[in-house]
Amino acid sequence: MQWNSAREFFLMGGYAFYVWGSVGACALAMLAEPWLIRRQRQAIERALRASLDASADEVPRP
Amino acid sequence: MNALLVTLRRDLRLAARRPAEVATSLVFFIVVVSLFPLGIGPEVTLLQRIAPGVIWVAALLATLLGLPRLFAADHADGTLEQQLLSPQPQVPLVAGKVLAHWLLCGLPLVLLAPLLGLQFNLDGNVLAVLMLALLLGTPVLSLVGAVGAALTLGVRGGGALVALLMLPLYVPTLVFGAGAAEAAAAGLAAGPQLSLLGALLIVALLFMPWAATAALRIALE
Amino acid sequence: MDMNPSARWLRFASPAAFYPLAGRLQRVFACAAALLALAGLWVGFFVAPTDAQQGEGYRIIFVHVPASWMSMVVYCAMAFWAGVGLVFNTRLSAMMATALAPTGALFALLSLVTGSLWGKPMWGTWWVWDARLTSELILFFLYLGFIALQAAIDDPRRADKAGAVLALVGVVNVPIIYFSVKWWNTLHQGASVSLTRSPSMAATMLAGMLLMALAFWAYAVAMALARVRNIILERERHTEWVRDAVEQRS
Repeated sequence: MQWNSAREFFLMGGYAFYVWGSVGACALAMLAEPWLIRRQRQAIERALRASLDASADEVPRP
Repeated sequence: MNALLVTLRRDLRLAARRPAEVATSLVFFIVVVSLFPLGIGPEVTLLQRIAPGVIWVAALLATLLGLPRLFAADHADGTLEQQLLSPQPQVPLVAGKVLAHWLLCGLPLVLLAPLLGLQFNLDGNVLAVLMLALLLGTPVLSLVGAVGAALTLGVRGGGALVALLMLPLYVPTLVFGAGAAEAAAAGLAAGPQLSLLGALLIVALLFMPWAATAALRIALE
Repeated sequence: MDMNPSARWLRFASPAAFYPLAGRLQRVFACAAALLALAGLWVGFFVAPTDAQQGEGYRIIFVHVPASWMSMVVYCAMAFWAGVGLVFNTRLSAMMATALAPTGALFALLSLVTGSLWGKPMWGTWWVWDARLTSELILFFLYLGFIALQAAIDDPRRADKAGAVLALVGVVNVPIIYFSVKWWNTLHQGASVSLTRSPSMAATMLAGMLLMALAFWAYAVAMALARVRNIILERERHTEWVRDAVEQRS
């Protein structure tokens, strides 16, 4: 471990914007993607439940 | 072989009845090339430097413009389906259509390029290399483009979608084609680039008719 | 019933059987991704030394290189599953290819963004037309083309097969494209202005990169499994088992 202080770590020798920007972009993307997939899944389930309720009297097709 | 020639003759004859369609891509080619000096400025040495790249990019775009003509018209009136259902072998049939497309869209570009090159003040030997590079490269563009045209048959999104699909695949042809002419302009040998273009052509001839036929079958089933 | 081993595995080629398995595997891979990322970031930021030439700025490679590698790996996986789906006419393989594409495209985009952020302090410009970044850009376009084609075709089976042909043509072309871009780059720039590391990389740096690459890979698998579950639900919505599954969850 070569960081003498937390401040040094965050400054990244002057490259803070670039290093943390890169790590931040990846972190943001990797949180947004699962969230979007979950949202899509909820939308599919909602639509399915709605159609099931609407056709509750129909014989289910195999 | 017979299927290829029959299809070739038919497509050429059909195109002869509508010369305006064929002329459109050529005029597009000329107009696009002429736009660049308007956008960049008439300075002679600069135009000389960018000419191979500009002419090649315009050739790519003009080919893309003509791709829907490969299959769309025959698809619209049901002829394409009949052709593929017939006992004739499918791959030579598709190859015949691609050959017709190249003769109508690609070869004229090759013949027009020297005139446009003169507009950009290119030397004779550069023009010769450029023509040869286009002669080798435009068939590759037609062959690869046929796969794109087949995949997007009847799909919305039209021309922009085919362009998005095809342009990354056109990059090697562009790089070697423009590179050949630029090498000639710098006084170097263009042999390596032209050989690579030839290699691309052989690979495209071997694989693309099959891929295009498979794509057509998928589109029509 | 005593099934032979291959039949037991082939059972999972059915979307209905794969769906619950994918759910369990997704959680495993998500955990693995998180742990590997923690380990990789620890090594990258606390163990690996400062670089002699690039100072602390080089640490971007711990996200840039894994993103690049994985964008390539995911494209190959996508083309593989698309090819399997085309040859064996299996729906699930094709769904897997469709599920992989957005994550791969995201990795390609991250590779470009982090490459840009690396290039600016090192080379002074926001974009460098070096062979690797340019090839990555073209790979990004290939992903977008695949996604756009499948989105434009209404019939799911036609979309599967058309995408498969495109992915296979693309995967064969990627080495050709890379070679041509490398050629183009050396021709026009002479000395290679490249973002690749020098061969004498410290072992800890390599370890950090590998750990992060594995983390990205596990993440990609988890995302693909999650997405394929969505696709299965959507495509199989007329079946009884989907209706039961959805009703159970409400």
